[in-house]
Amino acid sequence: MSRYFTEDHEWIDVEGEVATVGITNYAQEQLGDIVFVELPEEGKSFDKGDDAAVVESVKAASDVYAPVSGEVIEANAALEGEPALVNSDAEEDGWFFKLRLTDASELESLMNEAAYAKYVDGL
Amino acid sequence: MSAEPDIDIEEELPPQELVLDGWHRARGARMVEFAGYMMPIQYEGIMAEHLWTRAHAGLFDVSHMGQLCFTGDGLDAALEAIIPASVTSLAVGRQRYSLLLDEEGGILDDLMVSRRPDDIYMVVNGATKYDDIGWLIEHLPDDVTMNLMDEHALLALQGPEAVVALSRLVPGVEGLFFMQCAGFAWQGHDLWVSRSGYTGEDGFEISLPAEAAEAFADALCAQAEVKPIGLGARDSLRLEAGLPLYGHDLSPEISVIGADLGFAILKKRRKAGGYIGHERVARELAQGAPVKRVGLSIEGKLPAREGAEIYAGGARVGTVTSGGHSPSLGVPIAMGWVAAAHAATGTALEIEVRGKRLAARVAPMPFVPHRYHRQPS
Repeated sequence: MSRYFTEDHEWIDVEGEVATVGITNYAQEQLGDIVFVELPEEGKSFDKGDDAAVVESVKAASDVYAPVSGEVIEANAALEGEPALVNSDAEEDGWFFKLRLTDASELESLMNEAAYAKYVDGL
Repeated sequence: MSAEPDIDIEEELPPQELVLDGWHRARGARMVEFAGYMMPIQYEGIMAEHLWTRAHAGLFDVSHMGQLCFTGDGLDAALEAIIPASVTSLAVGRQRYSLLLDEEGGILDDLMVSRRPDDIYMVVNGATKYDDIGWLIEHLPDDVTMNLMDEHALLALQGPEAVVALSRLVPGVEGLFFMQCAGFAWQGHDLWVSRSGYTGEDGFEISLPAEAAEAFADALCAQAEVKPIGLGARDSLRLEAGLPLYGHDLSPEISVIGADLGFAILKKRRKAGGYIGHERVARELAQGAPVKRVGLSIEGKLPAREGAEIYAGGARVGTVTSGGHSPSLGVPIAMGWVAAAHAATGTALEIEVRGKRLAARVAPMPFVPHRYHRQPS
């Protein structure tokens, strides 16, 4: 399994043709207390960069973009009852949705963990 | 991800630094630009800071606000010609909430005015203070002198344990009731302390020389009851308390009566007028205001933010002016403007958020009861 990162602070785990998407620990720290996550419906198709989900913190609503193109095969139902899971475990149990990739070559432009860590250090 | 903070960014001028800038940063504050200043939006997190203030005592740096003092012959009458507060009847050691209105009765700012032994002291909003000063200069007679106290910091200590913590450092403050104020001293520095605030809790606002601010903030935070609290929690606390925020819930398009701030105008002045903007106040007292500021409770968990449109069936009837998650209640709450016909408590409405209609109801405010330390009548 490979993990990729975007400049918009999403992580993507890829296993075969399935990508699991969430926001990074850095992102959840910046957002603060998360009170609601609006997730996409199963079966919905995204192009890379489409609005895919919305994270509501106490202060503000933030968009989460589809980091790669694909069709939603599952949304994380646990976030409905416990949105704070994104704060407590952003990069594992706090995942947002799973996509069936339509263009695996899009992964090539994303960062690996080391590159993302360097990117965050520069912010 | 792109965060869109619902805090106005003051344009053009570079942000100013608060006297406590380094103090906030040393305590781990995340600083954002607000009202022309770099301000602490949060330290450990908005939710925790909010709940701490409701249970204990929170220290807020509100030094961005404009502190003004006035002296001169004919001062009371001169101020009464501008603001709708009864200034002549304002005793030493008493504070009142009032407003600056334009000629059409639109709200230019909301403020606190109090009488001290030697002057009249006013606190106005940070984002509007320079406009307010211009307006006041234009309308005050030459005999009145106005000073911007920019060598003073302003701290607010809010919460049920504020009185315990502050009276340990400044004995005597416990004798004040809500909206009373008096001078005190701490380590040789003069403090002007009022029992008031903008969270709905009991608490104090303390004006003090800038050079004493850091030591005093340290002394307060050394008390077990006190933690520093950022702007984020200040906003969620005041929203739960049903208190309007200028620039969001109040603006020049908004009238006093529509904003449900008629309490700020005493009976005598309602009748006699004599202040800028009275015609609209008198007209709306007689006929009612066409739009009203209301509280809104929202079904579900999705918050409605400032700018969300309010509907009654197919008809657009209003706009959300403040909204978010209520940390104390665990549900979304909002404040907004709706047409008078839809403003009665309990009225079912809908709020549009990202193309979805959320069921909402006009709710009585405050959402969380006020716990002011009022003088027994």
